[in-house]
Amino acid sequence: MDVLVNGKTESLPLSACLTDMLRKRGNDVKTVVVELNGRIVPHEEFAQTCMQANDTLEIVHFVGGG
Amino acid sequence: MTADIPFILGGIPLQSRLFLGTGKFGANSLIPAVAEASGAEVVTVAMRRVDKNGQGITAHIPSNIRLLPNTSGARTAEEALRLARLARAAGCGTWVKIEVISDTRYLLPDGYETARAVELLVKEGITALPYINPDLYVARACAEAGAAAVMPLAAPIGTNRGLRTKEMIAILIEEIDLPIVVDAGLGRPSQACEAMEMGATACLVNTAIASAEDPVRMAAAFKTAVKAGRQAWLAGAGAVRARQDGAEASSPLTDFLQ
Repeated sequence: MDVLVNGKTESLPLSACLTDMLRKRGNDVKTVVVELNGRIVPHEEFAQTCMQANDTLEIVHFVGGG
Repeated sequence: MTADIPFILGGIPLQSRLFLGTGKFGANSLIPAVAEASGAEVVTVAMRRVDKNGQGITAHIPSNIRLLPNTSGARTAEEALRLARLARAAGCGTWVKIEVISDTRYLLPDGYETARAVELLVKEGITALPYINPDLYVARACAEAGAAAVMPLAAPIGTNRGLRTKEMIAILIEEIDLPIVVDAGLGRPSQACEAMEMGATACLVNTAIASAEDPVRMAAAFKTAVKAGRQAWLAGAGAVRARQDGAEASSPLTDFLQ
């Protein structure tokens, strides 16, 4: 299925959960923040949050800044 | 010598009056040594999208240092609120430096949107630290909206141009009953020292340290300068003599070479 991640289409296995998807992307599950369809997903819900086709995700983290 | 007045920000007592920005370093791996040399207890970070295999900065920041996420990228109060919520969800506390900027050339903060952002963030229990032009009315609006400090710019961000807004910052120091953290544009330790001599509460430095040939040494220089400026302010500098009044001997006048 296709979902929109950070403005780009990414292909995921059907009903993939957030934790698996983040690991597959090579992202640090502990330090990223995820917004799914405009709602921030608490870290403790990553494992049980499954995505559906055409979901919109923002995956962000801290970078250097002033 | 009496102790300094405690510096309490958002209910947290701080020893260091130098905040460190973490942008523009040649490598994030420099940051632990720079942070240590600066003595900073607070460092700013930005929030951005994560690429595949993207590594954030958190791993490079010593665990005893408090993160101050900024809302850079926000052009409106609502965008700042969204970024602040994301930052808070990262689980590193409730402090947020509000940056609301839509001007792309000089990157000057939008005072109206910034004051509105303070209002929105404070309602959500966020400790709001707005980055502002040193404008008395904007600073007052931020204070009334519940800001924990104001962060006036010394010069346009990232320019190393120094304390160009000195007069206006002096007015804020006099008029605003909040910590004044001079932020942006300071290029030399002497300029941070001068801001502290005027009575600023703290300074935030990023580009001046990151763009130095030896960032670790420059961080140490800023640490010393901020401390010196603070001590000078506490000491209360002597009066400046008008030029037309001539000079005044500091040694007793001789009584034998008549």
